[in-house]
Formats: sequence, structure tokens, C-alpha cells
Amino acid sequence: MFSGASSFVEKTDAVLWFIVGLSAIVFVGIVVTMIYFVVHYSRKKNPHPTNIDGHLGLELTWTLIPLVLFMGMFYMGWSGYRDIRSVPDDAMVVRVTARMWQWSFEYPNGVQTDTLHAVIYTPMRLNLTSMDVNHSLYIPAFRIKKDVIPGRKNVMWFKAIERGAYDIACAEFCGLQHAYMYTKVIVDDTMSFNRWYAAVSEKQGKKYESLLTPKPVPADSESYQ
Amino acid sequence: MAEPSVVDYLHAPSKHRGPLSWILSTDHKRIGILYLVTMSFFFSVAVFLGFLLRLELLTPGKTIVDPQIYNELFTLHGMIMIFLFIIPGLPAVFGNFMLPILIGAKDVSFPRLNLLSWWLFLSGGILAVVSLFLPGGPVDTGWTFYIPYSVRTNTTVIPAMTAAFILGFSSILTGINFITTIHRMRAPGMSWFRMPLFVWSLYATGWIQILATPILGITLLLVIIERLFGVGIFDPSLGGDPVLYQHLFWIYSHPAVYIMILPGMGVVSEIIPVFARRTIFGYKFIAFSSIAIAFFGSLVWAHHMFTVGMSDTGQFIFSLLTFLVSIPSAIKIFNWVATMYKGSIALEVPLLYVLAFIVQFSIGGFTGMMLGALSINIHVQDTAFVVGHFHYVMFGGAGFAAIAAIHYWFPKMFGKMYNKRQAIIGWALLTFGFQVLYFPMFVMGYKGMPRRYYDYLPQFQIYHQISTVGSWIVVLGLLIVLHNLITALRKGERAEMNPWGGVTLEWTVPSPPPVENFVTVPTVTTGAYDYSRYEKKA
Repeated sequence: MFSGASSFVEKTDAVLWFIVGLSAIVFVGIVVTMIYFVVHYSRKKNPHPTNIDGHLGLELTWTLIPLVLFMGMFYMGWSGYRDIRSVPDDAMVVRVTARMWQWSFEYPNGVQTDTLHAVIYTPMRLNLTSMDVNHSLYIPAFRIKKDVIPGRKNVMWFKAIERGAYDIACAEFCGLQHAYMYTKVIVDDTMSFNRWYAAVSEKQGKKYESLLTPKPVPADSESYQ
Repeated sequence: MAEPSVVDYLHAPSKHRGPLSWILSTDHKRIGILYLVTMSFFFSVAVFLGFLLRLELLTPGKTIVDPQIYNELFTLHGMIMIFLFIIPGLPAVFGNFMLPILIGAKDVSFPRLNLLSWWLFLSGGILAVVSLFLPGGPVDTGWTFYIPYSVRTNTTVIPAMTAAFILGFSSILTGINFITTIHRMRAPGMSWFRMPLFVWSLYATGWIQILATPILGITLLLVIIERLFGVGIFDPSLGGDPVLYQHLFWIYSHPAVYIMILPGMGVVSEIIPVFARRTIFGYKFIAFSSIAIAFFGSLVWAHHMFTVGMSDTGQFIFSLLTFLVSIPSAIKIFNWVATMYKGSIALEVPLLYVLAFIVQFSIGGFTGMMLGALSINIHVQDTAFVVGHFHYVMFGGAGFAAIAAIHYWFPKMFGKMYNKRQAIIGWALLTFGFQVLYFPMFVMGYKGMPRRYYDYLPQFQIYHQISTVGSWIVVLGLLIVLHNLITALRKGERAEMNPWGGVTLEWTVPSPPPVENFVTVPTVTTGAYDYSRYEKKA
């Protein structure tokens, strides 16, 4: 129903619309009741009020029903988040370095680029480090974001399911050019990616080897959270 | 109505003359007015800064200012609104003025300490203003002062933090004063469950002020030590941990949002019964929900940090608690609506603001649910969605409650009545403009517009433009409200003792109240909202 550029879009948007839908029902209920009371019990129509101190049954109802609904929302959010945290073992690994105000991506053979190239249907793991202040790598079209913090090793991953070029933004305020710390992630099919990777490897004098046969995760990746 | 022999607080004899009789007064009512005046000033400044921010965002690229100025503008807008307006806001103005009267006391427990709080508040405010003109220029870190940026920037971080530190003391002293007053100064017969709900909300707020504010003070002190002496606490280049800073910052600053909203909820609980002429529905549930909010609200701070790379256990617990803390707020909303059932409702200006409060606070609450759900949070954290959410809660909630409070208590505080027609026009513009200003932020935020951005991609322009137009309507509404109230002060009609027909104690004393509030100390025999006299006689 809510398919999108990455495997996370469907579930995240579904949780959102579930909460939006429930909220809309409750919201309309509150507003309509309120307006009805204001009109129906206006001082003109109803000069004498009736005092009602409270009603235990009602109080329990509007405590317990929200409790159940909220727990449902919590669980849906948690369940989506678990996917976002479950990095597949066979993911292609790219190191990301953030500095004021640019992104740099390093592939396993040492190739460095300023745009991220990814392969459709192939999980990609990003190991994040910052050279200076806090940044946050944000790909709105994929519904993911992770802070990039100096002295910390954060990790994120995604699986793109639609070809195209998507914006990467910095979401954590990092100074003067914060709003311009944009780059792109380019999602291509296997052949196009390999062609690009071979070309860029040659240009930078690095040895080309296909990234699409699963490789063991680099040794230091364990320390990324 | 007022007994001619009693001198009201505005005209009371004093050993000082002119302005000194105000800035050296220990009368809780005069101190309340001092806060009202200083805070209105800071509020106006921050509104103006917000207006400039929106104007800059009208078009992509440069509209009126450069990026550095823009960064300073949003930092100052946030700092002033939060530390100089909305945190002290309702407790300092209406708490000071009304709390003693509402519980039948002559003043707060420590009147001199109360005056000291205002002086600290003023000093902090002045320091914040002075810091703008010191070498380095205005602080540009965002009101959160996140490290490492705040140890690297050359702007005046230390004076700005010192200002926040001093303001913290003002807040702590006010909290101590109110809690003591509520415990020790209640009139005969004023038992805990006969107290007006505004007093309950101030009580809950007071505990947060006392318990949470010192953590902010310590944190800011640690940052200052780090910047001055190079001790590695938070800065990773010195071996510190920037995430530790965020934890400490939010351990205070999350409870602080309840310092902002709880008194607003108290005001709403005061206003609805008066204009519905009936007792509040579920008194104890509303009272205890304030305490529950104060307690649970202290345990959810890390939901501001779901993208920093916390442990999954941490994420699980903080998300769960975030959903739990919203239940007491939901209980309050349902009880308020139920209080209108079978009332005899007069749609006066304060009630109009309360209705807008309920609508906006509900939207703020629902979008809070969305932010509390982990997978959604990962996407919308640090976007315009968050900005929309907290403006709905803080401005649409606490801010509207403050404007409701001034319209509700104005005749009591100054003995004058404002023009009601003009007040309704102001309300209509403000409420309409508010939605135009902030609702588009939810849409663009979900579509991926990050916050604190000087510039934006073309697909976001339409939302920014709608929002900016909204800001103009809001400013116009605020100007009408301000004009109306100032005109009323100068030549408003004389207000009666009890223009709304309320039954809490402030409506039993003359308008404006005499120096010692009560000619004879009242004895309380009923609950706070006993409207049985308006019922149909059988």
C-alpha cells in the first residue's frame, strides 16, 4: 500500500497512517463533542447547570482504552525500529565520514566518493564517523536517519527497492553551511553499478573486485553500534 | 463593590517612590506584574525574531539575512522563548499574583526571596541581551548548546550559558517559595482537595523546578569548565562524550516542558468551570494527573535522542514510557470536555482561548504519539515535524493558556475590563493564523525538510510560504490583543469584583485586590468549584 524507495518505507508509513487515523477519529470526537456542548448547553438554552462531580466508570474507560491503544502504537513503532536495527550480515559495507560540511563515502577497496552509490535490492551498511561536530545522515526517501558523532561509531543500513537518485541531508545542526550539506544516493541495478565501480576504481588507482558476492564484514565493524 | 476604606495594591503607600516602589516591592502581586512586564518585553522580542525567521524562509536562498545571522536568530528565538518566557511564564506571573489569593493567604511564604527571584530573572535576561554585543557575536548553537559545536564556535556561548544558569536559580527559588506556601499558608478549611486545580498544577511544577533545574545548572557549569580549562567531559577531542551532554541536557529540559505546560493545564481547569457554571468533572483525576505528569515526565528525557545510537534496551524503555506519560494528559482533556456537559456555558474570551487550547494541545499530543513511535521518530527526528509538534504544545498549549489567563484575570489584576469585541477578533486571527503557520510543518517535516535550515529544496517552498503567511496573521492577532489590553489599562471600563461569576477566592476580594488581599482571612467550607447556587431550585 505504501511502497517506496527503501524496504522501510512501507512499514513506517503504515504505522504513521495507523496513528494518524486513530488520532483523527479521537480528535473529531473531542471537537464535535465540545462544540455540541458549547451550543447545546449555552447559557441561553440552559440557564441552570447541573453539577456532576465525576464518574469512576468513565474515568476508567478513558484511561484504559487509551492505554491499550498507546501500547499498540508503541509496539508497532518498536517492531518497525527492530527492522531498522537488524543489519544483515551480507550487507555491502561503506564507511561514511562527515565533516563541516560534506559527506565522504569509502568503499572496501579504498575508492572514495562524495555521492553514495547503492545497488537495488542489496542491503548496504554504513559505518559512520565524524571528523568534527555532530551531524546526522538522513535519507528522507528511505525513512532513515542516524546521528554521526565524533568519537562514536554509529551504524545504519538500508535496502533500496526502487532505482533513482535520492537526497541525503544533514539533520543535526552543524553550523554555517548546515543547510547545504546535501548529497545524493544513487540506486542502480547490478550491471550499472559494477560498471561505475570498475570505472571509478580505475580512475582512483584501486583494485576492482565485485562487491556483490558476499564478503565477510570488516573486522572492526563489530565495534559500530 | 470595593470597600472604599481598603487601599488596592496598585495605589498602596510605600516607603519608596515611583519605579522603586515596584522593583523593591515584596508584594506578590506587584512582583507578578513585574514579571508580566519584563516577560511581555522578552516575548515581543522573541516573536519579532520568529517573524524574521519565517520571512527569511519565504524564498529559497537569501531573502533578508545571511546564514550566520539566521543561525543566531533561531538560537535567540528559542533561548528567549524558552528561558525568558515560557519556563518562568505562567508560574511567575499568574502563580505569583494568584496563588496566595487562591489559597486564602496574604502573601507567599518568603516575600523577599520572591523579589530576589525576579531580580535574578532580570539579571539573567540582561546578561542574555548584553551577550549579543560582546566580541564573537550572538550565540549560534541552537538553544540546546549541543557539544562539540558549542565548544568550537567563537560566538558568546559562555555568557549565554551563564544567563541560563542564573535564570535557573530564579526558577528554583520560585519553586521553593510556592511549595512552601502551599504547604504552610492555606486558609482555615482549605484542605488539599479543596484547592483550585491551578494550585495543584503549580505544586507539581514547583517540584520539577526544584528537582530538575539543578541538573541544568551543573551541566552548563561543566561546559563552561570544559571551554575555559580544557577539561575533557563532553568534547571527544579531549576524551569526553558528547552524548553524555545530551543526556544531562534533556534530563532537565524534558521535565522543563512540563514546567511550561502544567500551569497552562491548571489555567484551563480554572476557566472551564467558571464559564460553564458548574463544578469540574473528575477533580481528583485532574489533580493527580498533574502529579503523575511531573513524575513520569522525569523519566522520558532520552526520547529526544532516539537517533544518537543508544542501546536498544534504552530505546525500548524510553519509547514505552513516552506513551505512558501521555495518558495523564489524555485524562485531563477528557475531563475538561466532560466539564462542559450540562453546564450553562457563556462563550466569553477566556473560554474561547481554552477551546483553542484543547484543539491545539490535542493535535500536539497526537503528533507526540507519532514522535514517540520509534520507527516514525527515526524518520522525523530533527525535521520540521518536530518544530510543528512543539509549537502546537508550547505555543498552542502553554502560550494560549497564558493569553487565556491574562484575559481571565485581567479585570481582577487591574480593575479594568477590555473591549470584548476586539478581544474576539484578536482571538480569531491568532487561532486561524496559528494553524496556517504551524500545520504545514507536519507535512514538510514528514516529506523530509530538516529543521534549523537556512535554505531548502524547491519542493518545500509551498509549505514554507504558507507557513510564512501564517506568521503574519499571528503577528497581527498578537498586536490586536496587545493593543486591546493596553487600551483597557489606560481607559478601560471599571471592572466589577466578580465579572465572570467565579467562586474561587480571588473573586471574593475587590478588583484590584487590596494590599493584604483579604480584609478578614476567609474560612473555606466547600470545594473550589461549588456552583450549586446556579442550579435550578427544586
